Amino acid sequence: MTRYLARKSLLYLLTFWFAVTIDWLIPRLMPGDPIDGLVARIQADSTASQELHGYFTESFELDQPLWRQYVNFWRGLIQGDLGPSITYVGSSVSELIWAAIPYTLALLIPAIVLSYFAGNRVGAMAARRKSLDNTVLPVAYVLTATPYMWLAIVLVYVVSFRLELLPVSGAYDFSLQPAWTWEFARSFLSHWFLPFLTLFLVAFGGWAIGMRNLIIYELEAEYASYLQSLGAPSRLVRKYAYGNAVLPQMSGLALALGAVVGGALVTEIVFGYPGVGTLILAALQNRDYFLLQGLFLLIITGILIANFIVDILYVVVDPRTRTGIQGS
Amino acid sequence: MSNVEPTADLVATPEIALTGQGVDGIELGPRGKRFETLHFAVRNTKLVIGFCVVLAFLVLAIVGPWLTDATPFEFGYPLGEPPSREYWLGTTAPGQDVFAQFVYGLRSSFIVGALAAVIASVIGMAVGFVGGYRGGVIDDVLSMLTNIVLVIPTLAVLIIVSAYLSVGSLRSEAILIGLTSWPWAARAIRAQTFSLSQREFVSLARLSGQGTTKVILREIAPNMSSYLFLTFILLFGGAVLTAATLDFLGLGPSQVMSLGLMMNTAVSNAALQLGMWWWFIPPGVGITAIVGGLYVMNVGLDEVFNPRLRRT
Repeated sequence: MTRYLARKSLLYLLTFWFAVTIDWLIPRLMPGDPIDGLVARIQADSTASQELHGYFTESFELDQPLWRQYVNFWRGLIQGDLGPSITYVGSSVSELIWAAIPYTLALLIPAIVLSYFAGNRVGAMAARRKSLDNTVLPVAYVLTATPYMWLAIVLVYVVSFRLELLPVSGAYDFSLQPAWTWEFARSFLSHWFLPFLTLFLVAFGGWAIGMRNLIIYELEAEYASYLQSLGAPSRLVRKYAYGNAVLPQMSGLALALGAVVGGALVTEIVFGYPGVGTLILAALQNRDYFLLQGLFLLIITGILIANFIVDILYVVVDPRTRTGIQGS
Repeated sequence: MSNVEPTADLVATPEIALTGQGVDGIELGPRGKRFETLHFAVRNTKLVIGFCVVLAFLVLAIVGPWLTDATPFEFGYPLGEPPSREYWLGTTAPGQDVFAQFVYGLRSSFIVGALAAVIASVIGMAVGFVGGYRGGVIDDVLSMLTNIVLVIPTLAVLIIVSAYLSVGSLRSEAILIGLTSWPWAARAIRAQTFSLSQREFVSLARLSGQGTTKVILREIAPNMSSYLFLTFILLFGGAVLTAATLDFLGLGPSQVMSLGLMMNTAVSNAALQLGMWWWFIPPGVGITAIVGGLYVMNVGLDEVFNPRLRRT
């Protein structure tokens, strides 16, 4: 077990190093000078812009040798200093990110966990009953093929604009301040529900299909036929099939994280939800490269941590990793 | 689960149907085999439905632009009019023809999806074949690389790359998507290659002195062609979704109409508040139908290729 987790940790450390290096390298490889764009945004006249250019180059340490810049980048990273934001003048990138994280997590964690369990349950049920298979499966296919932003658009249009049931934009009513009151909690939940539902529904479709197919594969396996021929109740056979099917679903969870996070970004944009996605849009529209770099690192770090949690859970579920036997 | 990496159902395939084997394991000639596949293919509802949906939209994408005189970015049509006999899908708030935007957008989806899927398949096959067949240090290095790229979320990389490198054409968008979406395919192909390379006919080919490339191309690849085809379909669907997301964020080519760009302009022009459903419903329906059709087709094909699944 320690060997398994040690190997995984090594992989994640390597991935982190790789991601940080990409993050550092991309702005320096790409054509065009980000500082030029920055100066052009401030729209200074030519002499002042010369000076500004020099000032920014110096303050971002772009005049130093590359290896020095690389070391400084890491040092800043470890100290949690990701540079200043260009979009929101006066705020640092890390401040902005810390303010956005809670909203994104509030959408992502419930959506991922609930869709995983609900999807697995429904998928396993669909594999058992033909009538359910014929109704749930088509719906699941449509859901998993739906682009997140489009489902978000449709939900906003139908629920908020046509039926006027739920509010549209922001994370809570603009007249309120975040506080531990019932009024605020109600406002927060009513703004939270639709973006959450979007993420939940799309992810749910994928889990249901995956589990349904896996169970059918498992029931075709020899151990299942053997158990059946011994006269074991089909309930017991399905229990074993489910136990085996959960493992690939869990490794799938690690893979799916990236896609759900991507979905959360565009969903937030449609709902104007003040999380990481909305921040990315602002950074893109303002060519705020420091903010983008910081957000990229945030997403990578989040994904790596989540992957590690899934790996630990995998050890709990799969006895083979505990005893040191590597599954094929 | 994942939109971009629809892995579970593919990776979990325990064994691939070996080419040339009939229902009861009787060896059939290549012609008999082809007829047998066709026999099951036309009787598979999932395959037929998925194929028809994708084909219908493909035909619309090819023929559509000839059915209208309007071009997607052209102004001068009535402002924000609902669908009518003259404007089949209505017009946008600033006065563009939605039908023209839709059919040109469909074209972009198919072009980007196909091109990105080809690129990702080629990389995935190269990494998967070499890693699975050669083994040893090469396999370790390739697996490590695959796992690293697999963990890094595709969309995050695409966002940061396309923010610096403004994407000007469908081709560069497709290349970017192809270069980032291959890892799960590589991993799946590697596993299949590994199990095939343990078979006797591969050892025989190796003993007869054939080189690595020849063994892979003549012995291994043909025997998992159905599996490779399924991988390609899933990559195609994933690429269409990724492209739509990028276009929606405004990171795709701005001079080429795409379904994601339609949604982007609809949202930023307050089509939702104005109740102009004909502007934002078609692009989503198009993407969902194409991707859903591809996924359903994939399951149907799996049942056709894999005799063990036919009973269900």
